Amino acid sequence: MSIDLSQFFDVFFEESFEGLDAMEAELLNLEPGKEDSETINTIFRAAHSIKGGSGTFGFVSVSDFTHVLETLLDQIRDGQRVLTAEHVNLLLKSVDCVRALLSALQAEEEPDLSEAQALKARFEAILGGEEPSSESAEAAAPEVETLQSTTYQIEFKPEPHLFKTGNEPLYMFSELAELGELEVSAFHDAIPDFLAFDPEDCFLHWRFFLTTTREEQAIAEIFEWVEDDAEIKIEACGGLFDDEPAQPQAAQVTEQAATPSADVATESGTVKQDAEAEQAQQTLEAVQQKVETVKNIKSESRKSNDSGATSIRVGIDKVDSLINMVGELVITQAMLSQIGDQEITESSIAALQEGLTQLAHNTRDLQENVMRIRMLPISFVFSRFPRLVRDTSQKLNKQVELKLVGEQTELDKTVMEKLSDPMVHLVRNSLDHGLETPEERIANGKDPVGTVTLNAFHQGGNIVIEIMDDGKGLDTEKIRSKAIANGLIQEADELSVEEINELIFMPGFSTADSVSDISGRGVGMDVVRRNIQALNGSVEVTSKQGVGSTFTIRLPLTLAILDGQLVQVAQHTYIIPLISIVESLQIDISKVSKVGKGLEVLRLRDEYIPILRLYGIFSHQGAREELDKTLLVVVESDNYKIGLLVDDLLAQQQVVIKSLEANYQKVDGISGATILGDGTVSLIIDISGLIKLSGLRRPGSTELLVDLKGEEAEPA
Amino acid sequence: MIDQVGVNQQLMFDGESDEKQFLTFMMHDEEYGMDILAVQEIRGWEPVTTIPNSPNFVRGAMNLRGTIVPIIDLRMRFGIEAIEYGPLTVVIVVSVQIKEQQKIMGLVVDAVSDVYSIAEEKAKDVPDFQDSDNAYFVHGLVNVGQKMVVLLNLEKVLDLSDKSGLKG
Repeated sequence: MSIDLSQFFDVFFEESFEGLDAMEAELLNLEPGKEDSETINTIFRAAHSIKGGSGTFGFVSVSDFTHVLETLLDQIRDGQRVLTAEHVNLLLKSVDCVRALLSALQAEEEPDLSEAQALKARFEAILGGEEPSSESAEAAAPEVETLQSTTYQIEFKPEPHLFKTGNEPLYMFSELAELGELEVSAFHDAIPDFLAFDPEDCFLHWRFFLTTTREEQAIAEIFEWVEDDAEIKIEACGGLFDDEPAQPQAAQVTEQAATPSADVATESGTVKQDAEAEQAQQTLEAVQQKVETVKNIKSESRKSNDSGATSIRVGIDKVDSLINMVGELVITQAMLSQIGDQEITESSIAALQEGLTQLAHNTRDLQENVMRIRMLPISFVFSRFPRLVRDTSQKLNKQVELKLVGEQTELDKTVMEKLSDPMVHLVRNSLDHGLETPEERIANGKDPVGTVTLNAFHQGGNIVIEIMDDGKGLDTEKIRSKAIANGLIQEADELSVEEINELIFMPGFSTADSVSDISGRGVGMDVVRRNIQALNGSVEVTSKQGVGSTFTIRLPLTLAILDGQLVQVAQHTYIIPLISIVESLQIDISKVSKVGKGLEVLRLRDEYIPILRLYGIFSHQGAREELDKTLLVVVESDNYKIGLLVDDLLAQQQVVIKSLEANYQKVDGISGATILGDGTVSLIIDISGLIKLSGLRRPGSTELLVDLKGEEAEPA
Repeated sequence: MIDQVGVNQQLMFDGESDEKQFLTFMMHDEEYGMDILAVQEIRGWEPVTTIPNSPNFVRGAMNLRGTIVPIIDLRMRFGIEAIEYGPLTVVIVVSVQIKEQQKIMGLVVDAVSDVYSIAEEKAKDVPDFQDSDNAYFVHGLVNVGQKMVVLLNLEKVLDLSDKSGLKG
């Protein structure tokens, strides 16, 4: 009877990462000298469950490391030791270290233990009463190795129900073997008569001789999980086996158990021994099976990593309300089918209409609530910033206070995951470029402690996230001269302050004088903007010199639903995302001019808008081709404005985005599909893909285009 | 899950006999067969939404109870002349694993014909036609009574990125 532990790996990793997040958050709340026992307890509990879990699953590197961490926390909790700032820093580093170890294990890679060992040595130095310093840390590590080795006699007599509690002695044995030289003898005298033999019970007991440099404590720990299910005796018996050759290893444990009993079985063939042999055989098979499953998991987990399958925790209240709604839906359905069974009279038609209204209501509620399941409070993203701000501000020698507002604002999980990186970038920017050093701040009559505020709130169907700092604001002159130097604008261009601030989102723009590890690598705000636009969102900046700057990110609440404008092209209906539409207008032919071969441009106020004939790009026949009989939908994407020529504008509605790729393949210029009210499929236009497809290129920076590929060049 | 289905199929056939069931359909007076386990359902033809710039044999996309399913005209895929769709025209919805992804697609054929149990080893290899691209799609030929049935290799027929067998 074996349990495949690997099926719990995902849960373990997920919980451990959550535990680490909790540890980190609590550690940041800790102020040496003012710690309260509840906070320490929370950290301790998190560390303890990571240790327990990793021990169970055989991730020794993690459990060994968390053990020292836990010991320190335990001493602090019991008041034996006073928490210092040094401890907090060390603990924070070890959180990172455990996270790295776990990530490596999750990715099925060999974890890098060097950092763990260095940190562990420092912990041991602290625990050993020494003052922690990096030198003593290195000195402490080899010291452990030179300890005198002792031989222990260990008696392990499990209760019959050992296997039923999910414990596998084999794991414990191999752990023992890792501690030092191990000799195992198994006793099978307790195996009962065949009729009384229950294959799920454990009738074996063992005696070990272990020669190790580790303390008795380390041995006791291996048996920690089975303490209540077995008789365990550990006694030191001097250097009795000191000169024995090193031989017993984990694999041999199984063999020793299996070979003698199998031999006996062939000789005498008594029922009792048969049963034992069978059991030993089972153990062997189980081991083999495990090896195979581990192999399988390796290949499987690679696959699942690719697809990025994750899980979310959903509040029970959300599930309850869903169940309620489904209940209502069932009632409505029952009512409708009852009406359907009756003869049709005037009153039944009225009842039918009423029922349908109710059904529509139920469905809408249900849809909203199902969407809510994917919604998580934005604190999941916000919570990583206290640490980031702490570390970054220390590196920059700046004093920063971080304010988080609206942490409970809910947001779709997929949006949230993609939001994190751009936000980190923006916050780092605020810390590096925005805030001044304390000296500069005092000179400018400001509080030496700068403030960065993260604010999230809902507005309409969008979530708005503001990243505000009270630093020096954007230096418009510097941006302007930099933009001229980079050829983004001309010397003669007259730009408003807003337009100049917009320039920081242009590719290849960075005002940092020196490239630092924090920002200024050249990939900058343009990447932020592109990432956010990929989520159908927008990012803007407002700034006042000397007072501070505010970055505003606007995102749709979910990626699964989109506000769309239905348009007609020939006999086909397409959907244009409402967020990218600037305006829709009838074309004034006198303002259309032709550029190059066949490219038409409309002069709209101060801008020239290239006209894309949708029917041409999509190779549809039978569309209206005369400019004055059609409509132009002006859309914006990647700072481009283009006009899409359509036959007609239809309704505006929310559409549920469905994948076209799932069963087909990627289609250029199409981002997905949806199902309209009448059950037909309609395709959603991907504006930036369309620009690419049309062959519009950006020759300079301020000019928008030219050179439309001939339509015959399009693939038919 | 996908792998599991494969295993189950295997077990089923190992357990019973070597015979496999094939759904056959008519196209241009020829009878073609496909593994019945790939077939999800058979529907009548209904108008679909055109997918722009798609190959000519992709008729468009259809709503199959909330899933977007591409519809492929098998005549055009094989380079056979197109005919007007009539009351007998059907869409066979199949589920096929293409490049480790399970895809659901619809195939437009002239009419469905029959279901045969055929031992797979009876299927004969395709004669080596020199210039027939379509041989690529054929899994084997088999005789049922007086008729000959062409067994299709659905994975190849529906792998749209594979242009090797493409005509027109």
